[in-house]
Amino acid sequence: MTARSLFDKIWDPHVVRDLGDGLALLAIDRVFLHERTGSVALKSLAEAGRALADPSRVFCTMDHIVDTLPGRGDATRMPGGEAFILETRAAARAAGIRVFDVRDPQQGIVHVISPELGLVLPGATLVCPDSHTCTQGALGAFAWGIGSTEAEHALATGTLRIKRPRTMRISVEGQLAPGVTAKDLALFILARHGAAGGEGCAVEYAGEAVRALPMEGRLTLCNMATEFSAMTAVIAPDEVTFDYLRGRPHAPQGAAWHRAVEAWRGLVGDEGAVFDREIFIDAGEVSPMISWGTSPQHAVGIEGAVPTAETSGATPESHARALRYMGLEAGQALIGLPVTGAFIGSCTNSRLSDLRRAAAVLRGRKVAQGVRALCVPGSMSVKRAAEAEGLDKVFVEAGFEWRESGCSLCFFAGGESFGPRERVVSSTNRNFESRQGPETRTHIASPETVAASAIAGHIADPRRVVPGGAGAAVGAGAGAA
Amino acid sequence: MEPLREITAIAAPMLRDNVDTDAIIPSREMKSVSKTGLAAGLFAGWRYTTIGGREPDPAFVLNKAAYAGARILLGGANFGCGSSREHAVWALHEYGIRAIIAPSFAPIFASNCVRNGLAPVRLPVEAVASLARHVESDPQARRLTVDVARGEVRADGEGAALRHPFKLDAESRDMLLEGLDAIDLTLKHRADIDAFLAADRAARPWIYPDRTATDRST
Repeated sequence: MTARSLFDKIWDPHVVRDLGDGLALLAIDRVFLHERTGSVALKSLAEAGRALADPSRVFCTMDHIVDTLPGRGDATRMPGGEAFILETRAAARAAGIRVFDVRDPQQGIVHVISPELGLVLPGATLVCPDSHTCTQGALGAFAWGIGSTEAEHALATGTLRIKRPRTMRISVEGQLAPGVTAKDLALFILARHGAAGGEGCAVEYAGEAVRALPMEGRLTLCNMATEFSAMTAVIAPDEVTFDYLRGRPHAPQGAAWHRAVEAWRGLVGDEGAVFDREIFIDAGEVSPMISWGTSPQHAVGIEGAVPTAETSGATPESHARALRYMGLEAGQALIGLPVTGAFIGSCTNSRLSDLRRAAAVLRGRKVAQGVRALCVPGSMSVKRAAEAEGLDKVFVEAGFEWRESGCSLCFFAGGESFGPRERVVSSTNRNFESRQGPETRTHIASPETVAASAIAGHIADPRRVVPGGAGAAVGAGAGAA
Repeated sequence: MEPLREITAIAAPMLRDNVDTDAIIPSREMKSVSKTGLAAGLFAGWRYTTIGGREPDPAFVLNKAAYAGARILLGGANFGCGSSREHAVWALHEYGIRAIIAPSFAPIFASNCVRNGLAPVRLPVEAVASLARHVESDPQARRLTVDVARGEVRADGEGAALRHPFKLDAESRDMLLEGLDAIDLTLKHRADIDAFLAADRAARPWIYPDRTATDRST
């Protein structure tokens, strides 16, 4: 029998019908929607007079447009945003699907709430019209982002017509140094292999350093597979996964739980499984990373400098354009660059362990004069859990705004922004031109780097604020998150 | 969906790498729950002189008289990266673009293209560069042809001998050529789907919520 990869073991049982030429009709176990792109899919489907194949396996949240200011309702800072919320709510109710609505205690960013509620499960297929759906592969699911038209297809038929992707294994051996996080690892891989490095592949993250990551770190790592142009990423489920899922509201219970776990233990690649591409990373080479340009591949170790065109891995034209946009010159050190904005949030880094590590840096310190700093928990559940530990007080006393959950300033939709040419350190995933606001200059990094930079008033290395890494200050186990 | 067999048109070079969907249609330009009304927002951040304004920036390629009426784009690597928003493709299509020729595409973007009658044509970087050099000297006369049926890009015009074959997977090609509705195609397999579900409910019962027993969150 040929050796099968983890991906094969998830894909094969979902094939409803082989359509030839590598194409399959694949069963979709879960569809998630949000008010930005799901709304138009539901509306278009209703206009075509088509029903949902199984509303009980479709879920919807309000995260992209909803305000994150305290006391929020349906009105939004984004012009016209309220219409998206109202139309999504009406369409979702008409379709009979569960909505994590604006005032729902379980509302939050789709890729935060789906794992924390146990909606995504190992071995499952899950799609959402959102590119960061790959995040959820961290639980051993095949989860990927699609367009709205494909979402209509998944909703109407419970399947997708899909070509089997090429596969890639990224093995990360050794150990991440103290103070180095999953976010840094993701940026390191992008810097080394480029933003198109994983084009169209289903990536399996493997190796000692990946197995050592807690679940929330795994979610962060898989989150940025789309920045790598991969179709998705997946990590074999293990005890970390099962411990994380056990008792979650939508996870199986009782006898069903035991039966499921027994099946999930088989979701591991066979020895000798073959991949179309393999990449090997030495975890010991990774240091805290920060982006300098306008693509996530434009990233360097925080102690480094803005690269020259020759060493940047970018074309001379895109290198020059990125430096012009960012207001930087080749050879300039990153540490010490003055910042006026700091953002902790997004589907990449807004979970409880992220907030704990940032709070460990902030505790007893103040945000520098002239820096606008925000923390936006990834879900209302994360927010409540953080408040129960007093983390909100740490953020607020340091000078951070403490928000309701949502995507918030990860992207600019016409509402809030940091302003033109303002330099922002952000725990998000995209440093594209104008992503966080017209002409805003975004540097992406880990939450602890954002926190350290907010305090310093310039880009700063968190290891110098909390020796041994912020994880060391919040207890064992979180250090590699 | 409108089929796309072949198009001969003015091609505009935009050879920068990593053109993202935020650049193609900024989030602020997605103003309603709709697939239409998006063309004016296409490349808004690059195309107009001010944010939210509508005064054309003469430096932007699609604003140049030589490229007026362009329906083909020549792009850089990883075209359409970033957000999955299909609005990027709807905006391009509404503006009139029917084919993009680039060394590589972000996977969700390429998939969105073929579902909306827009061909994502993958050619080696040297081929894209040579096509760009060819059209640049006289874009209105030196038109390109994207022939989906034959899987070929051809350069028109005097002395032209540029001919580049490209590959699309069979499903994408058929969708473009026939303008097929994928949902209708799939629903022909309803019996297969029902049989799959019956077997899968027994094999993986935890995938199928028993709302009364397991959904304690509502």
